Amino acid sequence: MNARLVAVALLAFVLLNAPLLSVADTDARVLGVPALVAYLFITWALVIALVALIVRRSG
Amino acid sequence: MLTGPVVIAVSFAYLGLLFAIAHWADRRAAAGRSVIASPTVYALSLAVYATSWTFYGSVGWAAETGMGFLPVYLGPTICAALWWVVLRKMIRISKEGRITSLADFVSSRYGKSTLLGGLVALIAVVGIVPYISLQLKAISNTFDILIGYPELTAPADLDPGSFLSDKAFYVALVLAAFTILFGTRKLDASERHEGMVAAIAFESVVKLMAFLAVGLFVTFALHGGPGDLFARAAATPDAERLFTLESTGYGSWVWLSVLSMLAILFLPRQFQVAVVENVDERHVLRAMWLLPLYLLVITVFVLPLAVGGVLRFGGGAVDADTFVLALPMAEGQQLLALVAFIGGLSAATGMVIVEAIALSTMVSNSLVMPALLRARSTMARRPDLGGLILGVRRATIVLILLLGYLYFRVAGEAPALVEIGLVSFAAVAQFAPAVLGGMFWKGGTREGALAGLAGGFAVWLYTLLLPSFARSGWLPEDFLTDGPFGIGALRPQQLLGLDVLDETSHAMFWSMLVNVGLYVAVSLRGHRDPVEHGQAALFVDVFRRAPTWARFWRGTATVAELQVLLGRFMGPDGAGRALERYADARGLELAPAAKADPDLVHHVETLLAGSVGSASARVMVASVVEEEPFGLEEVMEILDEASHVRAHSRELERKSRELEAATAELRAANERLQELDRLKDDFVSHVTHELRTPLTSIRAFSEILLDNADIEPAERERFLRLIVEESERLTRLINQVLDLSKLESGRAEWQIEDVDVRAVLEDAVATAQQATRDRQVELVVRADGELPPVSADRDRVKQVLLNLLSNAAKFCDPQRGRIEVRLGPRGEEVRVDVSDNGPGITPAERDRVFEKFRQAGETLTGKPKGTGLGLPISREIVTRLGGRMWVESQPGEGATFSFTLPATRGDGRPPSGQPVTREESAR
Repeated sequence: MNARLVAVALLAFVLLNAPLLSVADTDARVLGVPALVAYLFITWALVIALVALIVRRSG
Repeated sequence: MLTGPVVIAVSFAYLGLLFAIAHWADRRAAAGRSVIASPTVYALSLAVYATSWTFYGSVGWAAETGMGFLPVYLGPTICAALWWVVLRKMIRISKEGRITSLADFVSSRYGKSTLLGGLVALIAVVGIVPYISLQLKAISNTFDILIGYPELTAPADLDPGSFLSDKAFYVALVLAAFTILFGTRKLDASERHEGMVAAIAFESVVKLMAFLAVGLFVTFALHGGPGDLFARAAATPDAERLFTLESTGYGSWVWLSVLSMLAILFLPRQFQVAVVENVDERHVLRAMWLLPLYLLVITVFVLPLAVGGVLRFGGGAVDADTFVLALPMAEGQQLLALVAFIGGLSAATGMVIVEAIALSTMVSNSLVMPALLRARSTMARRPDLGGLILGVRRATIVLILLLGYLYFRVAGEAPALVEIGLVSFAAVAQFAPAVLGGMFWKGGTREGALAGLAGGFAVWLYTLLLPSFARSGWLPEDFLTDGPFGIGALRPQQLLGLDVLDETSHAMFWSMLVNVGLYVAVSLRGHRDPVEHGQAALFVDVFRRAPTWARFWRGTATVAELQVLLGRFMGPDGAGRALERYADARGLELAPAAKADPDLVHHVETLLAGSVGSASARVMVASVVEEEPFGLEEVMEILDEASHVRAHSRELERKSRELEAATAELRAANERLQELDRLKDDFVSHVTHELRTPLTSIRAFSEILLDNADIEPAERERFLRLIVEESERLTRLINQVLDLSKLESGRAEWQIEDVDVRAVLEDAVATAQQATRDRQVELVVRADGELPPVSADRDRVKQVLLNLLSNAAKFCDPQRGRIEVRLGPRGEEVRVDVSDNGPGITPAERDRVFEKFRQAGETLTGKPKGTGLGLPISREIVTRLGGRMWVESQPGEGATFSFTLPATRGDGRPPSGQPVTREESAR
């Protein structure tokens, strides 16, 4: 479980940080929501779900 | 409705509710039905991370930079994924060492160092005071704004007046009183505050609900949902720029993520709720996803609120830090405004209560008590120390809140909430190298931790705190712009001319560089005393060993002495009960005059550590027991015992495997030796047998000649000829034995040269012709193809050929004898076959003809035709020359003896003169 959690943390750090962030940092809209906002919250939620999944499975 | 008395009454009612919840939780805990023994409550209590900084400040921040505020909440999410690795270890260590504060944690890790604990406590207080001041500021400002209804007052227009008329002052006092009620009603060895945790978890729910209420109102009641809100914002230049990160550098984003990853672990209040108040380390599992989820939910409406505020008020008319309150007020929603105020109040009080309790534990355990004990103050000799400690803590709480108020007055209104919060985050981040390093690296030393912490703290003071003072007018402005004494390289915000980072990132970079650098460099150079060695191993290997915390003590103390010591903190009754529980749990009888064993002494020390910190507890215990300090070797011995046992058993397994292999080898070697010995015996007996036969003949004929002087001349000549023949045979035999032994021992001399096998064969055939002619044997030689030269000893090759030819002549058909010799190249070799048409060799004999003194047909004729050494010698020679020799035969169809010799290689080098063993050549 530890190895998976560390992997998720690394993944989260990369996905939720520069420079990958700049890809979403545009004027585009997703269903009326600015692309950056949508990207950040969706990615964030996915990371949380991933951690919950790992924890549930092993715990 | 929003008048001063009403708001004050509601506020106190809210605080009263909190207190009721805490009281109820404490009663439930006493009844054994704890409400906080739930992972959800644990996760909610961790949400004390979201303070009024989140509640008000993040909206203000978002109004400035858009999503730039988010890393403060993303960092904890990333960090939370690692909690099972990091936080669980902190919890386990703290439980086993009865550690009740971050200062104690660091001090305990580095040999229970008083100095280090004091430094951590000092950094924490200095670093957190601005943060507390931020909460006071938020409460008093929002209170003033709320009662100004329906006017919207800007915080800058609020006149605090003298401190006696300043509401923030009273807020500080009320919160201090409340914190004292929550945290220091009694002295508890475990330093756990169930009631407080329950109240904090409740506060987390309140602030979330309040924030969501305002967020939903602004998004869905004032606007037609997020799409509508964002669409309207897109038309407003002021709001539109918030949708990208143009005003937040990517560098700042990364640094903020790292900073908040550290803050969620090392803020004193986070340590308090996450580690000290933890009842079950498995609760961490749920907090790992529930706390990030909480943070996600509470931040979802931050940007809509910021955008809504900018749309409603335009730029600058209303301080963005107050949008959460100002938006409902501007829309005339009095009740919602009051809800928002209570939400902000809960966010602020939660933080202040936990932070002040955590800091007071730190200050009293790591600063005040060690100082009192060291100074041998009369206070420290009082029989009842428990009261003293409670007094110290209460005074500390009041002092910290007053310091917070002072900072609020001094720093004034200038800095935004965000800036103050980041200053504190950067301060607690300085603990990271010493704590994380201490948990995962045994090599970290006290000197390293001291140097790192002091260096990092100094840089933090210089690059973050002093500039904030300078901006408040406490220091001249040119201190920032020109550097101290006009030295440009020392400008606090552009140290050494580094001007590509924003203020916080700049401070983080330099302080972390200095901190980590000094910690590692000094640790690598330094040496550690025995206690430090022991503690380092206990921390790093906390999951790997059975608790051995008790074993680093040796000395003499009686149970009664320890009970008296304990009584000074817990009261005589409490001490008696604690010892009884200890004795019952272990089934022991504790006689007062009995000598205390190390376990009991350690138990007493940990009980005390909860109240006074590990460093002080150690000093106190040492004051009543005669301690014999451990030497470094002994500590290492104890510590390494377990790991040594493991290492030894692994070593043992490896050795036994090696031993088995060696035994097998030895057995094989022994068998081989026995075989050789047997062969030698056989050889000797064969040789003697072979010697005896001609000797017997010679002797018999000689005796006949000697005894019969009148023997006929013809007869005499025949006998003499026989004697000569037998002597020759004897000589030949002896020569061959010598030859074989020379060959086998490798002492034979070889004249290796390029040899034309055809010429040698012709030579040998010519020599053998005589013998074949005598026996009327037909000798046919067939040599075809181009023969490459071979590297060999010419005479030896001839010897082999002669031997094979004479053997063939001996064994071929007596009437129509025929020998065929074939010579030809075979790849890289030259092959010679010598066939006869004799009786042949049975398969069983085929393997044995090359053994010494074995002769084919021996059993048939009963009379040896040679010495039995020719073939072994030939084979030895061929093998030594790098070739092979074998025989093919069917009984009754003659036999073909063949051998090969390697051709000279292209490079002209002879084949290696290395002797080739028989086994290899047989393969």
